[in-house]
Amino acid sequence: MSLVHEINYGTPASKSEKLVTLTIDGQEISVPEGTSIMRAAMEAGIEVPKLCASDMMDAFGSCRLCLVEIEGRAGMPASCTTPVAQGISVSTQTQRLKDVRRGVMELYISDHPLDCLTCAANGDCELQDMAGAVGLRDVRYGYDGSNHVKARNNGEINIQWAPKDESNPYFTFDPAKCIVCSRCVRACEEVQGTFALTISGRGFDSRVSAGMSEDFVSSECVSCGACVQACPTATLTEKSVIEIGQPEHSVVTTCAYCGVGCSFKAEMRGEELVRMVPWKDGQANRGHSCVKGRFAYGYSSHKDRILNPMIRDKISDPWREVTWEEAYAHVASEFRRIQYQYGRDSVGGITSSRCTNEETYLVQKLVRAGFGNNNVDTCARVCHSPTGYGLNQTFGTSAGTQNFDSVEHTDVAIIIGANPTDGHPVFASRLKKRLREGAKLIVIDPRRIDLVRSAHVEASYHLPIKPGTNVAILTALAHVIVTEGLADEAFIRERCDWSEFEDWAAFVAEPYHSPEATEAHTGVAAELVRGAARLYATGGNGAIYYGLGVTEHSQGSTTVMAIANLAMVTGNIGRPGVGVNPLRGQNNVQGSCDMGSFPHELPGYRHISDDATRETFEKLWGVTLNNEPGLRIPNMLDAAVDGTFKGLYIQGEDILQSDPDTKHVAAGLAAMECVVVQDLFLNETANYAHVFLPGSTFLEKDGTFTNAERRINRVRKVMRPKNGYADWEVTQKLAQAMGLDWNYGHPSEIMDEIAATTPTFALVSYDYLDEMGSVQWPCNEKAPLGSPIMHVDGFVRGKGKFIRTEYVATDEKTGPRFPLLLTTGRILSHYNVGAQTRRTDNVVWHPEDRLEIHPHDAEQRGIRDGDWVRLASRSGDTTLRALITDRVAPGVVYTTFHHPTTQANVITTDFSDWATNCPEYKVTAVQVSPSNGPTDWQIDYDEQARQSRRIAGKLEAAE
Amino acid sequence: MSANTNAKLIYMANQIATFFQSQPANEAAQGVATHINKYWESRMRRKLFEHIEHGGEGLNPLVLEAAPKIRKPEAA
Repeated sequence: MSLVHEINYGTPASKSEKLVTLTIDGQEISVPEGTSIMRAAMEAGIEVPKLCASDMMDAFGSCRLCLVEIEGRAGMPASCTTPVAQGISVSTQTQRLKDVRRGVMELYISDHPLDCLTCAANGDCELQDMAGAVGLRDVRYGYDGSNHVKARNNGEINIQWAPKDESNPYFTFDPAKCIVCSRCVRACEEVQGTFALTISGRGFDSRVSAGMSEDFVSSECVSCGACVQACPTATLTEKSVIEIGQPEHSVVTTCAYCGVGCSFKAEMRGEELVRMVPWKDGQANRGHSCVKGRFAYGYSSHKDRILNPMIRDKISDPWREVTWEEAYAHVASEFRRIQYQYGRDSVGGITSSRCTNEETYLVQKLVRAGFGNNNVDTCARVCHSPTGYGLNQTFGTSAGTQNFDSVEHTDVAIIIGANPTDGHPVFASRLKKRLREGAKLIVIDPRRIDLVRSAHVEASYHLPIKPGTNVAILTALAHVIVTEGLADEAFIRERCDWSEFEDWAAFVAEPYHSPEATEAHTGVAAELVRGAARLYATGGNGAIYYGLGVTEHSQGSTTVMAIANLAMVTGNIGRPGVGVNPLRGQNNVQGSCDMGSFPHELPGYRHISDDATRETFEKLWGVTLNNEPGLRIPNMLDAAVDGTFKGLYIQGEDILQSDPDTKHVAAGLAAMECVVVQDLFLNETANYAHVFLPGSTFLEKDGTFTNAERRINRVRKVMRPKNGYADWEVTQKLAQAMGLDWNYGHPSEIMDEIAATTPTFALVSYDYLDEMGSVQWPCNEKAPLGSPIMHVDGFVRGKGKFIRTEYVATDEKTGPRFPLLLTTGRILSHYNVGAQTRRTDNVVWHPEDRLEIHPHDAEQRGIRDGDWVRLASRSGDTTLRALITDRVAPGVVYTTFHHPTTQANVITTDFSDWATNCPEYKVTAVQVSPSNGPTDWQIDYDEQARQSRRIAGKLEAAE
Repeated sequence: MSANTNAKLIYMANQIATFFQSQPANEAAQGVATHINKYWESRMRRKLFEHIEHGGEGLNPLVLEAAPKIRKPEAA
């Protein structure tokens, strides 16, 4: 094994289709017009010395090292800023160039410390490499003069020198080593789009500055790591590299946080992870990352990880460590007993959107083939199940229509119910890049998210709707498009069912759907709605990106259909730059749905009542499958409270914290006789568990994740599982203990079974993924290279289906007791229930959940910024600290749900989407009042959790 | 089955009916029935039928209209 080396071509690739032929050092080469000479040379295998150039950013031309000579032209132009031209002849190495480069390097090194042996970048320093490349042998200037290297000059304090900034938990900034190449500043601007860094001063006084000469952690820096990756010296260095040293091998794998599914190189020294570096060939992230994937992996070796299986008879008992064999035998006998006593349908399982496709597939197989029922569900139930339903009804597939590259061709983007800069940061960076190029943005969100207005990004329209009125606003947009004659009739006639369109058009044209009429529900001025509709319909390629602010409502599925209607009526489907793009929450939520995790369907979204599909699996598995749909998670909990559901195997999901109406979830779990939790940590759900099976991290196993663009990415094992077994092995052993004859030797064999049974995966195999890097399903004989864009020549279902979308107000209404509407969301540094990110240094950014409240509502209640407040709904109450901000409108409050002590889901109700039971997290009527401290519920919960985490013979667990 | 769960099922059935009520009239009842057939586990459908047999109080009339098209689960 060795490091995966990536070539730095110096400047980005040109997209031109016209080729230009030139000669470099006597070699003839043809490259696209607009390519830099530097890049052309690199493509010909000639590396021109460079320091300030990176193919992640535009050419800058500041380091003066990449000079070349061009026959017939005067001087020595910088090869990074000089484009190729037909017929020119370039020399990259002449005596004149050698002398100049050596002189330039000598000046660089004259203001750089010579502590190379003990420097953290030793072995990975471009400055050192370039000194070698130009043959620098002597530096004639000492440090006696003005310099940035020495803290003291001739005994005097050196005002040019600045100390290391170690404020960021993950990387250090050492200005003494900086050569002011501006790569970090440009990476922050061009790659990340945050503009947190700048160069202050001029000439010799120039220095990199975070914000207004702040330290990194206090500045606007979002810790994405782009600057660290761009830095050619040790100025910006991962603390892990400083501590451990340079990695010796690396493995390409996939991030286990959000649905963007970034590719990373896990850079290793033995089995120790030195750092995660985004992989340029990763087709979702194109070499970029966010603070979570780049840095927040410390949870994998956190002391809270449970490494031995545990059992207890009652949830009030302390845990007892047992062998794996005892644990498997116990679960098998308990589940068999329960099924004998309460019936075949009294047990079920929950698959994890955090685990691999292969693991998810095995859990649903265990339920269907082993338990003999279809009581299997997954956390997509509480996030994107309406996406699956809505898009399947309208288009015929339960997935987004585009790849992420598509955004590079978008002219108008609508973001609704999503906050990409926090939830899907790498996609947000790609979107912001396109917006800086001139694309327009429409934001539909109750809250003023960062994209509404931030550095060099400003939405053309922000429609600040009242929570719960998505369908009203989208139908109003459709009303404007239809009544103002902006529909793309040619597209509709060709691709959609015309009579259904006519029916729908007549429906949306009704005056009560006009922006003027719906203003009363949505709270958005009609003119804004009309302007936004016209822009989307006429502004070129229109793409809709949406998140859980769409799905997690009583009308979640209806909203997804309304989005699909809008895309169809404007012809924005089937080519790059357009489409309907659900931003998936978890790394493998798309995959877990693809793998048949829902109780009504087998892998590939085929209904369980379909005889031919069942037969495929029955033959292979040697069982008869139940043709009745099983219970969904909320139905399981209801059935548990009713006494007909008694055993649950939960792999990698924390339903007690993540599902709505915590008290109801707790009651359901408490009513069960055998709850098996397989996880990294004793999560909140484990408080109610009888068996705990230790889980493994994404670093410890092979498999695949499928991201929001249907991209199947490999997850590769870089270390042995600390708990001894990958999760798929645990499920397999459990199945064996229950008498199933499973003998998978490697996850690739599971993928082979998926491919053999699921037509959209027919050509997928680990060998093929290794060859292709990744593929997007459908990947079969019709689409051997995968399908970056769907519905290109027509909809999967045949004709696109327009569906009427009538706005129905949620029954969760404000009133005198609960006058405010609570909506929830995520923050950049944390991930969902926070089980992982809270166990990393990311807590420096967000140590607690805060309640955002408008100054007007705060003043009325006598609440000051930072005060403890009680947040109460019909379901329950909790306390947290207030954050006064006008990002939320009067009447709306907002919080995140990353910390278990906050228990935001004690507040949320059990209202849910009409079609899928996806809970209505995004609308809860609440009251906010000043408070002195935790509620009784929080105190009781904390005590119960503490008691429940005791392990016999061990000191009390830390959390 | 507790009263609470029954109330939830009625609420869920009515939500489904509310959606299909807005669809073209000739598709509405079939829409409700197909949806419940596809997504409701047999325990849930059984409870729904028991409730309908007890008069179906609180159910949207469209659910009652759809009932003959809903697959009846075998007795428990």
